[in-house]
Amino acid sequence: MSELEISGVSRVFPGANGRPPVTALHPTDLKVARNDFVTILGPSGCGKSTLLRIVAGLDTPTTGAVVAAGKEVTGPGVDRGMVFQSYTLFPWLTVRDNIAFGLREKRMGEKEKWEIVDSYIDKVGLKGFESHWPKQLSGGMQQRTAIARALANDPRILLLDEPFGALDNQTRGLMQELLLGIWEREQKTVLFVTHDIEEAVFMASRVVTMTARPGRIKSVTPVDLPHPRHYTIKASPEFSELRRKLTEEIRAEAIAAATQT
Amino acid sequence: MQPLEPIARRSRLLLGILFFVLFFSAWGIATFGGFVSPTFLADPATMLKDGIYLLTHQDFLVDIGVTIWRVVGGFVMAAAVGVPLGIAMGAYKPVEALLEPFVSFARYLPASAFVPLLILWAGIGELQKLLVIFIGSVFQIILMVAVCVAATRRDLVEAAYTLGADNSGIVRRVLIPANAPDIAETLRLVLGWAWTYVIVAELIGASSGIGYMIINSQALMATGQIIFGIIVIGLIGLVSDLAFKALNRRLFAWRLA
Repeated sequence: MSELEISGVSRVFPGANGRPPVTALHPTDLKVARNDFVTILGPSGCGKSTLLRIVAGLDTPTTGAVVAAGKEVTGPGVDRGMVFQSYTLFPWLTVRDNIAFGLREKRMGEKEKWEIVDSYIDKVGLKGFESHWPKQLSGGMQQRTAIARALANDPRILLLDEPFGALDNQTRGLMQELLLGIWEREQKTVLFVTHDIEEAVFMASRVVTMTARPGRIKSVTPVDLPHPRHYTIKASPEFSELRRKLTEEIRAEAIAAATQT
Repeated sequence: MQPLEPIARRSRLLLGILFFVLFFSAWGIATFGGFVSPTFLADPATMLKDGIYLLTHQDFLVDIGVTIWRVVGGFVMAAAVGVPLGIAMGAYKPVEALLEPFVSFARYLPASAFVPLLILWAGIGELQKLLVIFIGSVFQIILMVAVCVAATRRDLVEAAYTLGADNSGIVRRVLIPANAPDIAETLRLVLGWAWTYVIVAELIGASSGIGYMIINSQALMATGQIIFGIIVIGLIGLVSDLAFKALNRRLFAWRLA
């Protein structure tokens, strides 16, 4: 059985001020197996974030349903952790308290809670920054904290909405390796939205591409590159071939998206 | 001068003091120079002499204490009612729909106009003074708190939901801490206004307080005493404002970090 099953999910936003309604997402089906790492690749405005928000339970589909970890999604839940593109650390909490947010909500015992928090501070390389406030951190560090915060809750599915989109190129590369390393060690079902082709290939077991708005799934490309993956794999012929293929597919959609209003 | 260009700390301080000097010089020239009759405006020296007389012979310190207690008392009552209501209004749209129109209307009811009515209801005792300040402050607090709570970053709320927070958790662990600095800033502003209301309340039907002293001095044509009283209010306002700011900086260091 799939860990995540998206069936016939569409989303139509009602038009404001008498404008016609906007179809953001055509009915979409997608199955994600347990511990699969799926990246969703598409031009901006193609509805990929909308799809992810529906899976997270932050938006409701116009038609269709999502079944995550055996239960139909009716709202946000701890079984689905989320990392956002915008920096969403709670500015009034230190790094440590941010990571502990979900565990505190679960009313977990103090000792166990801080053990988990400290282990994730280690895993994302934030030792020495535990007592910093988000404002004192770089963008990369904030997103590492956000990943640790989502993972500390031990969700069955991790959702990431262009988590490295606002970071500079070098930092983004490092973050990709960090997240992939954690996934390789701990195994999780991951749905990762991005518009960066290289990122989509590097992270994924499968790359799902989407069309320009109204979005629907255009293709599913398995990525059979071996694990553990090292950044040097990006220079390999297999990687280049995948990137070339996906570039072609996305290019047509990007052109379509750019000519839309 | 270049717009928005910061200036050195020293020059900032000096310029700030300079204006006080200019102000008192203008006052001194107008009064010592004989341009204004002493009946209407006392000169700075008379003002100081009158002030010392008030403090040493008229128990003015007691008046100051009474006025401070009234401001703080009325303000604390208003905050105790206004902050929770404001948070509820900002967080829950049905509460907003219920209260917002009335509060927006009530906010424009001048507190000073309630003084005669409050005297009928509550007499001329302390309760009446507290109620004037309460009425003047509470609606402002409710509205300003509601506006800042309603403007909480949505992505922070969504992040909290995905981390397992329930509805009451969102209010307790996101809406309140996220807006605590703005709520404190609102209270600081409203405390300033509360000072205006207390003096108005003391001008009518009071037997103590700074406002009472001022209205008494008017009968005696003691303009020096009146000005001294006004300056004391200004100084207390300045000190409480600085204290409030320092407290906010300490409590909400995460914002400045």
